Amino acid sequence: MSETTSTTATTAQARGSFRTPTGGRVDRTSPVTFTFAGVEHTGYRGDTLASALLADGVHQIGTSIKLGRPRGVGAAWAEDPSSLVQVEEPFPDPMLLASTVEVFDGLVADGVPGQGRLADIADSARYDSRHLHVDLLVVGAGPAGLQAALTAARSGARVALLDEQSEAGGSLLGSDELLDGRPALEWVADAVAELAAAPEVVHLQRTTVFGVYDDGFALAVERRTDHLGGAAPEGTSRQRVWRVRARRTVVAAGAHERPVVFTDNDRPGTMLAGSARTYLHRYGVLAGSRAVVFTTNDSAYRAAVDLADAGVHVAAVVDTRDVAPAHWAVELERRGVPLRTAQAVVGTRGVERVSAALVAPYDRAGLAAGARSSAGVEPEAIECDLLLVSGGWNPAVHLHSQARGKLAFDAGLGAFLPAERLEDLLVAGSAAGTFDLSSCLRQGGASAATALSELGLDVTAVPVPSAAEQPPSSSSSAPDLVWVVPDPSGDSSRQFVDVQRDATVADVQRALGAGLRSPEHVKRYTTIGTAHDQGKTSGVVTSGIIAELLGAAPDAVGTTTFRPPYTPVAFATLAGRDRGQLFDPVRTTSVHDWHVQAGAVWEDVGQWKRPRYYPLAGEDMETAVLRECAAARTGVGILDGSTLGKIDVQGPDAGVLLDRLYTNLMSSLAVGKVRYGVMCGADGMVIDDGTVLRVAEDRFLVMTTTGGAAKILEWMEEWHQTEWPELRVHLASVTEQWAAFPVVGPRSRDVIGAVFGAGGSEDGVDVSNEAFGFMTWQDTTLDGVPVRLARISFSGELAWEVHVDSRYALAVWERLIAAGAPYAITPYGTETMHVLRAEKGYPIIGQDTDGTVTPQDLGMAWVVSKKKPDFVGKRSFARAENQREDRKHLVGLLPVDRETLLPEGSQIIEHREDGVLPSVSETGPVPMLGHVTSSYRSAYLERPFALALVKGGRARVGELLHVPVKGRLVAVEVTSPVLVDPEGARRDG
Amino acid sequence: MADTLVPLQRTHPLDARPSLTEATVGAVRVVDVSAQVQVRAAVPGPAADALAQVIGAPLPTRPGTWTPTPAGGRIVWLGPDEWLVVDPSAPSWDLEARLRAAAAPHGGAALDVSGQRVVLSLSGEHARDLLAAGCAVDTHPSVFRRGAAAQTLLGQAGVILLALSDDGTDYELFVRSSFARYLADWLADAATEHRTA
Repeated sequence: MSETTSTTATTAQARGSFRTPTGGRVDRTSPVTFTFAGVEHTGYRGDTLASALLADGVHQIGTSIKLGRPRGVGAAWAEDPSSLVQVEEPFPDPMLLASTVEVFDGLVADGVPGQGRLADIADSARYDSRHLHVDLLVVGAGPAGLQAALTAARSGARVALLDEQSEAGGSLLGSDELLDGRPALEWVADAVAELAAAPEVVHLQRTTVFGVYDDGFALAVERRTDHLGGAAPEGTSRQRVWRVRARRTVVAAGAHERPVVFTDNDRPGTMLAGSARTYLHRYGVLAGSRAVVFTTNDSAYRAAVDLADAGVHVAAVVDTRDVAPAHWAVELERRGVPLRTAQAVVGTRGVERVSAALVAPYDRAGLAAGARSSAGVEPEAIECDLLLVSGGWNPAVHLHSQARGKLAFDAGLGAFLPAERLEDLLVAGSAAGTFDLSSCLRQGGASAATALSELGLDVTAVPVPSAAEQPPSSSSSAPDLVWVVPDPSGDSSRQFVDVQRDATVADVQRALGAGLRSPEHVKRYTTIGTAHDQGKTSGVVTSGIIAELLGAAPDAVGTTTFRPPYTPVAFATLAGRDRGQLFDPVRTTSVHDWHVQAGAVWEDVGQWKRPRYYPLAGEDMETAVLRECAAARTGVGILDGSTLGKIDVQGPDAGVLLDRLYTNLMSSLAVGKVRYGVMCGADGMVIDDGTVLRVAEDRFLVMTTTGGAAKILEWMEEWHQTEWPELRVHLASVTEQWAAFPVVGPRSRDVIGAVFGAGGSEDGVDVSNEAFGFMTWQDTTLDGVPVRLARISFSGELAWEVHVDSRYALAVWERLIAAGAPYAITPYGTETMHVLRAEKGYPIIGQDTDGTVTPQDLGMAWVVSKKKPDFVGKRSFARAENQREDRKHLVGLLPVDRETLLPEGSQIIEHREDGVLPSVSETGPVPMLGHVTSSYRSAYLERPFALALVKGGRARVGELLHVPVKGRLVAVEVTSPVLVDPEGARRDG
Repeated sequence: MADTLVPLQRTHPLDARPSLTEATVGAVRVVDVSAQVQVRAAVPGPAADALAQVIGAPLPTRPGTWTPTPAGGRIVWLGPDEWLVVDPSAPSWDLEARLRAAAAPHGGAALDVSGQRVVLSLSGEHARDLLAAGCAVDTHPSVFRRGAAAQTLLGQAGVILLALSDDGTDYELFVRSSFARYLADWLADAATEHRTA
């Protein structure tokens, strides 16, 4: 962009200034310097990028997405379909509108050909959000919104007044209205001051309500520091999402002017008429020097008169109607502005800027007509550098429609209006189709009063300031409904409906020709309304064109659905502070810092951080895990198992509930004993497993998998609350109450004995097999703190689980580590835990199962009670499908080469004599027998092994099968899933 | 070997971390609570009466409230038949035993959850703004004043939120121990503007 600087800089100066000598809301004492398209410009604080560029005579912003045609500033706010820019400095931000970006010192921006560029560096800005609860949310701080907010504030209601512009006033900012005989903006300033002093009012500017949802929920985005550029205070979030809960909402969002489509209607210098008036009154900018105004209604006359008064040469006002409004005709005549009725702009000239409007008699035959009455008639070229267009006004019904409010086409206004009053959302002012100032003010106040009285609040009415009389209306001043001025030659391929998408009347015709009728379908076929502006200017026009081409009423065609967001919202804004470290909560156990000190490598298990293994210097995972496994099988290891789910089950019917949920009998468990159990879904498939401790006659502690903790409690509550509410039982999570440390290995008795045995603890525990048998538990204390010890083994080794109040967990862990030092106690992580349990054939639910595996498939028919009359899943075991011999069974696999570590997930096929994977093209798909579910290297077996689900697997024990690994077939022997100590001799040490 | 060891130390998830109070400009402090026991009972009923006898105050029956106890603790309504009894000084396992002994014969329940959650106090002029940064509950004093309790989310952490004052400047938060560090980080980050203001 820098290579053009010198030449264009001269041109920019040559363009001269289009700034009026006085007036406007910009601060002429605060000049700001910014760069656009490589050229330095000066504007004022209060300018938008568009107003500052127009003041320098720059109309072209960029080129279009498909056709590369020059495009300029089309409007003065978010309805602008064409002025897309990429902000480069202070931080790259794509797809913003020149007409909404406020200028500041150091701003660097470029025009964008339809698509911007995302930053390739991290966004260092903060984004955050706030919840806000109000009685009344007022959307829009124009006359109607301000009057609504004042009414609510004086009535003592909790109020939010949110407005997307940089200052309050709405349409009053772009006009020269008087209220109570004073400039209207003085009334605005008084209202803003009063609201600022009201204790229960939140008034935010630069805040767009972009979505309304059920129950009065609305989302708004506040642009807090965008307009400050480099001067933004550090620590202040750049943008903030407001999550508003409003008991009632008044939408006073105003209206968007609508263009008329004609040939070459996209040239820079073509602009909505009201927007030119806004540039004049709000920014003190003349959008051109020689203007043609093309209108179908009265509103554009105001722009013509104001611009003429400000010194713009208005070369013509072209009105499609046969008779111009008398009042305005006089005003034009007084200023010497030629008026052309029953005429239309049929085309333009110019390349980078409009240079002439082509004017011809208005052909009322419409688009659908074959021959054109205007064909062959040479249109008259009127020179201009500004072409103002008004096809009427579309009330901003977006939020009403988002809230599922019905719309109906009003033929008089030529626009879609809210057609019903929603319970918690009212529409006021021009958003409701009310366009004169007095009525807007009245309606704003009345809407607030209605809403507040419905809420039972006492309403304090606010006097409505008196506005100037409207020019008298007559039947002749009814707006003309013109969507498209037909091209004299019938070529509709340069008649732009959606300027941003380069989509034309020809595209709409093509869509209808393809048989599409609904505006939703036409939208997707043509891309009309899918750009940054979501069809603010093109949507209703498209409906109108469809109606005209189909010979239907616009009401019958309807509009596309209005969906959030009203204007684009950056993903970073929506993400807010939920990113980086705060993206997802990290859950830690009481021993976390010890693991950090010990150099743990982490595994994410749900939101938990669990040590996966603890590498010593120079160790990789494989060597660390082999070492940890060897320690647990030959010495002693210790695991932080605190993340295991724990559920306290209390009450006289606790055993009954567990009997109905577990496949095996739990009520028969003696106090002091532990039992392994499996839970199934109603389909008989395993959903969780774990041990159950009977703590008292009426109390159990249920252990679940780490991942199943919340799910299983909900599962149990659901059955209890919905099916068996009569059971006297209470369930509660105690996952974080109890830390749990398995101490595992032949020397675990020494460690447990040292800490909790007769020599170690005041009420010492006898840890002999005779006194403390497998699958039993005992309570003890350590320095007065209760501790529960349980002989539970997930490895097949002699092992204890130590349960203690998590507040004392670190202290107990450190005692165990200290006591284990003589035995080289080895902390181990989840990886070693997985290997140890897999060597014993213990499945991990969710890894070795996938929701289609029964206890019988796992070789655990023994855990399914044959005595119990019923339990969840029981009836499914009798299904024929569950009885099939070729169901997949959990088996062990030993690679015959004693070397290959089978990748988990590998498919398993029949053994091939030739050892070659057959080609699918020759034999068809190779039948799959199952897949590898777990696979590890075993220090104990001194070879890799795997668990797998294999069709009819138990009948195949001893057989050879093949597992394709990277194109090679690896021979594996099918074994029992229990590969270590099948007789269970090790568990007692 | 126990005689060579110091007595068992209680630890807190926010030990040995940057001061949360400093990071939040004084708004957040860690509150030491000795005992939290979750109790279950049908109200009205003998289990509820027995529990009230032990606590020295009746169980609050209005949803979304908490009431003080004579011991300087609180009874927090968690559900139609569920409360959290908070005691500033009683040993937690002892309190569980006393409450369970009272309630269990009547079909009620009590369980020690003292290690399950940690307690933070949130006070001062920024308290409501910190809550509004991540809690959807309306904390306006007109609807959430002393005695109000809510089970909700703050950021992405489940919390029990108690209002301690009538002017919106004093709250207590109960958060699961495993989420305490997340919530502390979240609160410190939420206070960024208060630190720089």
